[in-house]
Amino acid sequence: MRAMRPAVSLVILFTLALGLVLPALVTGFAQLAFPFSANGSLIARHGQPIGSARIGQAITGPGWFVPRPSALTGTAPDGRSIATPYDAAQSGASNLAPTSTALAAHVAARIAAWHATYGAGPVPDDAVTSSGSGLDPDISLANALRQAPVVAAARHLPPDTVIALVRRLAARPWLGLIGTAHVNVLRLDIALARAAAR
Amino acid sequence: MTWHATLYIALVLALVLGAAFPLGTWLARVFDGTADFLAPVERGIYRLCGIDPNEKMGWRGYALALLALSVVHFLLLYAILRLQYWLPFNPEHIPGMPPGLAFNTAASFTTNTNWQAYTPESQISDGAQMFGLTVHMFISAAAGIAVAAALMRAFAAGRIAVLGNLYVDIVRITLYVLLPISLVAAVLLLAGGVPMTLAGFAHVHTLTGGTQTIARGPVALQEAIKELGTNGGGFFNANSAHPFENPNAWTNLLEIWLILVIGFALPIAFGRMVGRARDGVALFAAMAVILAVAMFGGYAAEAANNPVLVHAGLAAAPGNMVGKEVRFGIVQSTSFNVAATATSCGAVNSFLDSYTPLGGLVSLFLMQLGEVAPGGVGSGFAGMILFALLAVFVAGLMVGRTPEYLGKKIESREIKLAMLAVLIQTLFILLGAGASLLTKSGLGSLASGGPHGLSEMLYGWTSATENNGSAFAGLAANTALLNYGLGFAMLAGRFAVLIPVLAIGGSLAAKPVLPRSAGSFPTDGLLFVSLLIGVVVVLGGLQFMPADTLGPLAEQTLMHAGKLF
Repeated sequence: MRAMRPAVSLVILFTLALGLVLPALVTGFAQLAFPFSANGSLIARHGQPIGSARIGQAITGPGWFVPRPSALTGTAPDGRSIATPYDAAQSGASNLAPTSTALAAHVAARIAAWHATYGAGPVPDDAVTSSGSGLDPDISLANALRQAPVVAAARHLPPDTVIALVRRLAARPWLGLIGTAHVNVLRLDIALARAAAR
Repeated sequence: MTWHATLYIALVLALVLGAAFPLGTWLARVFDGTADFLAPVERGIYRLCGIDPNEKMGWRGYALALLALSVVHFLLLYAILRLQYWLPFNPEHIPGMPPGLAFNTAASFTTNTNWQAYTPESQISDGAQMFGLTVHMFISAAAGIAVAAALMRAFAAGRIAVLGNLYVDIVRITLYVLLPISLVAAVLLLAGGVPMTLAGFAHVHTLTGGTQTIARGPVALQEAIKELGTNGGGFFNANSAHPFENPNAWTNLLEIWLILVIGFALPIAFGRMVGRARDGVALFAAMAVILAVAMFGGYAAEAANNPVLVHAGLAAAPGNMVGKEVRFGIVQSTSFNVAATATSCGAVNSFLDSYTPLGGLVSLFLMQLGEVAPGGVGSGFAGMILFALLAVFVAGLMVGRTPEYLGKKIESREIKLAMLAVLIQTLFILLGAGASLLTKSGLGSLASGGPHGLSEMLYGWTSATENNGSAFAGLAANTALLNYGLGFAMLAGRFAVLIPVLAIGGSLAAKPVLPRSAGSFPTDGLLFVSLLIGVVVVLGGLQFMPADTLGPLAEQTLMHAGKLF
């Protein structure tokens, strides 16, 4: 039993030091130095938090830019499984196999819906595939530019105004290497609402 | 292969491989005791815990201490998970875990696997994340590195009976390596947008008038050690695909670097410890070649369009975006997942179940090779040493000489132990996956039909046995069969490898270091590196070819034939 003494003590010490003291210190530091990030990048509108800059929302058209499909599901009161896109109390992917009939059917249905809303032409792939987290806050720049004329028409805004908005908010890869060309949907839609209110 | 993807992979490799040299030099100083600026802190810990830093352990003592520590920690974590409802920092009132799931999770985090049969957001409290899982991430990583350090000492000196003191090694590795790097990384992650709060979930009224509950918690610190210690357990269900775990391309690059850097530093440290730097670089080079091939291969597989989706109407896609995040695109997704499966990390920033069959196969095969490119912290180095012993043995057979490695004669006992470690893993993976699929429960866990179903089960057993923790996540793993089955596979995959490794260390330590002679097979040149890669691929990989053919390879063929399930 004496041989167990170091093992037991070390586990207890590490649990207290690395499991309580250290996270408390890092949390305290984070709250002081990075309060925005540390609390989940919450953004406010008219003084109220309306979401996280890093988490997508289940925004639907036609007067808004819409996010990617989200594979998240929940349980209805009657026990059935229902789609709960962008339910940020959870996260996850569809996990559908590349040879899954369900995947092929979902993508075909989304492509048809896309054409109905945004017209003919090639479909941006991120617009009809669900993300890894189910909470993807971004759409590709190509996707946003395809949505822009339809959003502008619904808002009675000049298309060039909306396209300029997209281009202004778009992130681009650093040196073409790190990152991708994309737009944060929530930030874009907030800016859109502001432009429309002017 | 676009120029941008090629450059990105080259950049990742350059950042990791470049940092491995200074870090490896530092690790050698931590292992041999010359790094000591925190000596007063160390002494305090030793006094508090009743550790005699001057007591040196033989291989049996070292292995027993490792087991003692693991048993104590396993039991404590099991208790924390069962009792988390009553413990502090549970703002969402999450209930205690049921026994099977708690057993699986405790085994998973004790063995540095971080297989997650639970759903973090709804099944684990902030408190259990901190004083349960985060602590395990430090200790299991330090324990793995400690075993590597013990093995290095066995080569470094002749005729010694002791390998070091496990407790001292764990304390020193934590203080001088894991803690400082994790703290810097945690600050960088915070700056990049990772949360660190104990305030519970956020509730907001959304832009379009709905409501949204946003899970958050003390993520940043755990995220740092999760990657650095090749643990891989996600704070959230979506792991590093979750925007709070991995908010942008810079945090993604940082996380890839953290996953790989210690694994590549260890062979460099080894070269220093044994005073033969070139031999360390040879192991390092073999790891780097395998990783580079996998990174380019993984990218190529995912940059190819899924013909099924093209048929459904997706025209000019730049690659397979199913289960991937827009901020990462293709190459920054595949590079992450390749890094995490070339090590024992198993974190993911995109979902492997939806990868193309070949893209998934890259990760599956990297694990089946035994995770040696560079592998989990410590365990990957140990695995590479096993393959190095087998490589000199094979070379010895060819020329009819008693093989030696770094001046130590390699004899029957060492080769038998090395083969034991390799074969135990094969046994659990192939028998486990095969037997599971003969049961109703196992078949019920599959999310996909056809060969992809086989891939899901095979991947699960491979991941558990190799202590990786990534998954073809459609597999419903929270069942009695898989909770207990994979739980035992994780324990076997950890201890039935590390203990033979320590036994080899003990037996080699006792041998004299022979001087290099004209007849010694050089183990620091291109010939040895090629031979070593060959042994890894043939011995590590070939045994899985039949299973991989029936799974991913069959699916790839059927996918191109348009056959769906």
